[in-house]
Parts: sequence; structure tokens; C-alpha cells
Amino acid sequence: MDKTKSINYVVDISTEKLEELFIKMTRIRIFEEYVAALLFKEEIRCPVHLYVGQEAIATGVCANLSDHDYVLSTHRSHGHYIAKGGSLKALMAELYGKKAGCSRGRGGSMHLVAPEVGYLGSSAIVAGSIPLAVGAAYSARRKGDGQISVAFFGDGAMDEGVSYESLNLASLYNLPILFVCENNLFSTHLPLFKRHLNQNLFEKAQVFDIRAVRIDGNDPVEVYSEAKELIEQVRVGEGPVFMECLTFRWLAHVGPTPDLDIGYRRKKDVEEWMERCPIKNIKEILTRRQDWNKEKTEAIEEKIINEVEESYRFAQESPYPSVTEIKKGLFTE
Amino acid sequence: MRQLSYYSAINEAFYQIMGYDESVFLIGVGVNSPWYVGKTMEKLLDTFGEDRVIDTPVSENGITGFGIGAAATGMRPVIVFPRMDFMYYAMDQICNHAANLNYMFGGRQSIPLTFRAIINRGGEQAAQHSQALQSIFMHIPGLKVVMPADAYDAKGMLIASIKEDNPVMYIDDRWLYDTACEVPEEMYLVPLDKGKIVAEGSDVTLVASSYMTLEAKKAVAELKKNKIEVELIDLRSIKPIDSELILKSLSKTGRLVVADGTWLTGGVAAEISAIAASEGFNLLKAPVKRVTLPDLPAPCSGPLEKKYYPTYLDIIEGIQSIIR
Repeated sequence: MDKTKSINYVVDISTEKLEELFIKMTRIRIFEEYVAALLFKEEIRCPVHLYVGQEAIATGVCANLSDHDYVLSTHRSHGHYIAKGGSLKALMAELYGKKAGCSRGRGGSMHLVAPEVGYLGSSAIVAGSIPLAVGAAYSARRKGDGQISVAFFGDGAMDEGVSYESLNLASLYNLPILFVCENNLFSTHLPLFKRHLNQNLFEKAQVFDIRAVRIDGNDPVEVYSEAKELIEQVRVGEGPVFMECLTFRWLAHVGPTPDLDIGYRRKKDVEEWMERCPIKNIKEILTRRQDWNKEKTEAIEEKIINEVEESYRFAQESPYPSVTEIKKGLFTE
Repeated sequence: MRQLSYYSAINEAFYQIMGYDESVFLIGVGVNSPWYVGKTMEKLLDTFGEDRVIDTPVSENGITGFGIGAAATGMRPVIVFPRMDFMYYAMDQICNHAANLNYMFGGRQSIPLTFRAIINRGGEQAAQHSQALQSIFMHIPGLKVVMPADAYDAKGMLIASIKEDNPVMYIDDRWLYDTACEVPEEMYLVPLDKGKIVAEGSDVTLVASSYMTLEAKKAVAELKKNKIEVELIDLRSIKPIDSELILKSLSKTGRLVVADGTWLTGGVAAEISAIAASEGFNLLKAPVKRVTLPDLPAPCSGPLEKKYYPTYLDIIEGIQSIIR
């Protein structure tokens, strides 16, 4: 990955679409930064894996999906949940373990769900939700109406056997699924080069005769455009596709700190990646557009801050689940 | 009424429910292989096609996740494991996903899924092709575990499992396949949470499940000759356990023997003993006796294998030891 890659300001994409991507990425960023502050204050107690720095991937992919399409994700899933259209209020309430949480206070940050918008859930077992996404793709194919399934996972998932079983099944049965590997170069603390001799993760999908590409996961326009083209193929029944998106998480594996003091990554690397901020990228493209101005940017940011603050108030005011309902939800009656 | 074998009852249940509900599909390693599943899957592929009878690569964990994902999106999969031993490969998907999802998503994500798990012990297959894992799965919240012991229950409980909106571990033992009893031709449901009295008696309560119910019936008949009246309960459901039925019987007999086809320590028999001790302590006139496998992997050698699996003789010995 060329870290000095410059932004391509002349892109063949409408200002409306750029605005949509900007809004979604900003919503994720501001939400996550707000949550980070609450974690520092220890108001939120459940383990939280923040998505700051990786926003372009969830946003660029989900901008090509409808509520009818399925998404499954991981322990680091706030971004996917928000990009797919999940409610901010229900998300914030879930982080507080409140009854109005998206998982009714039973799941916490690592176990989000929003079936109303096709977000089928997060699994905190590495690679655990990948075969589920393959099964959802089977359902989609049986229905035969162009619906697709998307599995988001990290590079750590490519260490797990079930990922390869899943790739094989998806390929064998020609299922409508997009595998999105967010390669942020670390599985918790352990770098990719200590886990794989061949670090071209997309090539591991090619072994299964799956069309696979590697793209710049910090370039929102590239993610959006690549995903658009690939998803169109998946929709018309051309089988699974694998997209490796190179990226970097700015913050800790878990929690709100930058993880600079525990010896597995350098400040310099984090700073270089922060220079390549996906939101800065899209802002710079937008500001060069004739039909855009700084006021629009500010108005969007202000509106999102209000949304997030509103979700915070909502979570604060919501009651906890009643302890008499501790068994509720184990089985569907 | 016509008599039907256990394996035919399973086959008929699949045939009928798949004809009735298009969302039902079968997936598993060897679902079409006669040496894996006996005759229980006959003609299903011909009738319902490869899209609904999916004989998969040997990827137990992957296909289990596949089934869970399909169940979360409107399907009613049956995941077939031709040997319970192979399920260890799928433990993450069974226990971390199928069992947990609905609860950890606040009851918003039903997983209507049936695991059909086959016990295939005996035949000198030794440790890795013979296991019965009901005790392990009964420990996991979010799973229902059933073990029909006769053809009638095999059919009714399989249909009920598939129609159930939650994950059900349906365990059948190949040693039961050739047994037969009266089985209705139409579809019917047998509840997934109730045991049944197979024989009434007042001297001792004998609780058995699956194949051990068959051995228990022999023991009951033998003991009757000695004027020992055994009340035999076929557990049918391993989780939840029908403790009400067991305690009611215990209030009559005051003695309890449990015969279960898995290991001794931390097993089904241990759980039932604990129910008797904690909820039926005042009813007990004698120690509870467990008839189970020893805490050993299954051996291959013929004589060792013969010693390994308990029979009606072990049950009789167990009953006599507490009844004198």
C-alpha cells in the first residue's frame, strides 16, 4: 500500500452521492468519538471496539445495499450497524445495557442487531458470522429476487479455518455474497506478517475460484465504486466476490486509547494513517466541487452532533431491563 | 394401525414436512450416504432436489453456520451429523451461535433450526465414531435436546423439532432403527418437553432415554418375574427434563435408577440424580443408582466393547442393589 498516495479529486461520482458518503462516515466518526469520551468517563462499561479510521469501508459498501439485503459483522461493528441504517438511539442504549437497546440490553457493543434494516447481527467470535452470511446468501438465492448477503470481517478472521470452509461453500453453491475483509494489519496486537507468510489475503479467496480484489480501504470513493461494480455482479447471480480493503484502526483494539504504550505499534504509523483519513479525503473532494460549500459541511456536522447527543439523552433516560425479565429472549415462545 | 420402523418413521417425517413446508431443507456431510444415515434419508434427494437436500463438503463448522444463517433469514434447516463425534468440529457454531443468538440479540432473532445428531456406537468403531453427547448439549442454555426412543416419537418429535422456532438437538441412535411400533400415517406432533410412562409400577422408578429405554423394557419384564414392579419413564426430552413426571413417580416408589447411554460424570443421570436429591429428598428411601457408560472412551476390542455398553443386566443389577 502506497501511504503517500494522493487524493484523486476528479472522480466520476455525483455530489449527492459524495454527500451521502460524507454524512454516513461522519455519523460513524462522531458517534465513535462520543462513545470514546464516555468510555474514558467509565459511563459505558461493556467492552467497546471502536471503528475510527475504517469508516470508508462500511459506508462505501452499505451505500450499495438496501434494507432488504443482509449484513453480518464482528465485535467491531458499530460502523456496519450505522452504515446499514441501524438506529443510533438503540445503539447507544445498548452500550448502556438499557431495555431500549437494539439487543434489549442482552448483547452490548459486541452483539448488535437490527433486523428491520437487514442487519442480522454481530458475532464476537472471530470469523463466527462468516458462515452465517453464507447461509443468509442461500436464503437469498432461494428467494431469487436479487437480494444479497455481505460478511464484514477483519484480517484476523483469515486465520480461522471456518473462513475457508465458508469461502468454499459460497463458491461451490454459487451464492450471492460479498466477503469484505477489512485488513487493518493487526489481529488484536499481532501483526499480519507474524500470522501469514503470504499477506495478500485476497489471493486466499482466489484459490476458491472467487473473484477477489484488494483496494484502498481508506479511499471512500474507491470503496464505493468497487463495491458498486462487484455487488452488481453478485446480484445477477455471478457468484461470490471477495474484497480486501486495506485500512488501519486509529484507536485501541478495545477501548478508547490509541494503544501506543503497549509495544505493538508505532506512533509514526498511526500518524501516517491518520493523515490518510477517509473523511478528510471526501471533504477535500467535496470542497472542490462547484455545487458545494463549507457551510454545507458544517451544517451536516452540526446536525450529526445533535443526533448523537440525542441518542445519548435517550440512552440516559431509558430504563434498565427488569431483573424479573432476565430469562426473556432465550427462546422464542 | 400399521407398524413402522424407527428409520422409516424418520424418513416419513422428513418426506412429509418437506412436502408441507418449502423452507425446510437438509444439509450435512453425507446426508445421502447410506452408510452414514442408514435408510432414513431414502428418496429425499430424488423428491426434493439438490437445493433442499445438500450433501456437503466435510466442513462441519461451516455448514452449521450456514444453517444458522439460513434459519435467521426465514428457512427451517435440518443440519445432519451422521456421527455425533463429528459435532466437536461444529461446537463454536452450535454453542456460541445457534444457542446464544436469540438471547444475545434480546429475543429478536429466532433460530428455527434442527440438529439431527446420530449416535452410531458399537461395531468396534472405537472412540471417535461412537459417542453420545447429550450430556454436553444439555449444559448449553438456548438448546433443546430430545432423544426419541420409539418410532412413534421419532416421527412426532422430528416434525415438532422442525416446526419449533428455536434450536433443537434431535438425537437418534442407530441401534433403534429396526425397532417398530404403531405410527400414524399423517403428520403429528409430540411435545418436546415431556417424558412418558412406559410401564407402571410401585417399587422403583427407572428413568431411561433413547436406546437405554429398550434395555430398560427388558429389565422391567425380567424383574416382573421376580415380583418387582418397576415404573419406567422414557425421558424423551433431555432438556428440559420433565422433573414433574419423575418426582411424581418417585413419590410413589421412593427409589430411583437412571439409565443413560452416555458417560457417568456430569451426565444426564447425574442431573436427574441432582433433581431427586434437591427436589425429592424426602421421597427417597434408598440411594439413587446410575447406570451409564464408564468414564472411558469407547474401546475397539470386542470383549472390551461388550463390557463398555450397559445392558438390561446392568439395569437389573442396579435396581436389585437398592431394592432388597
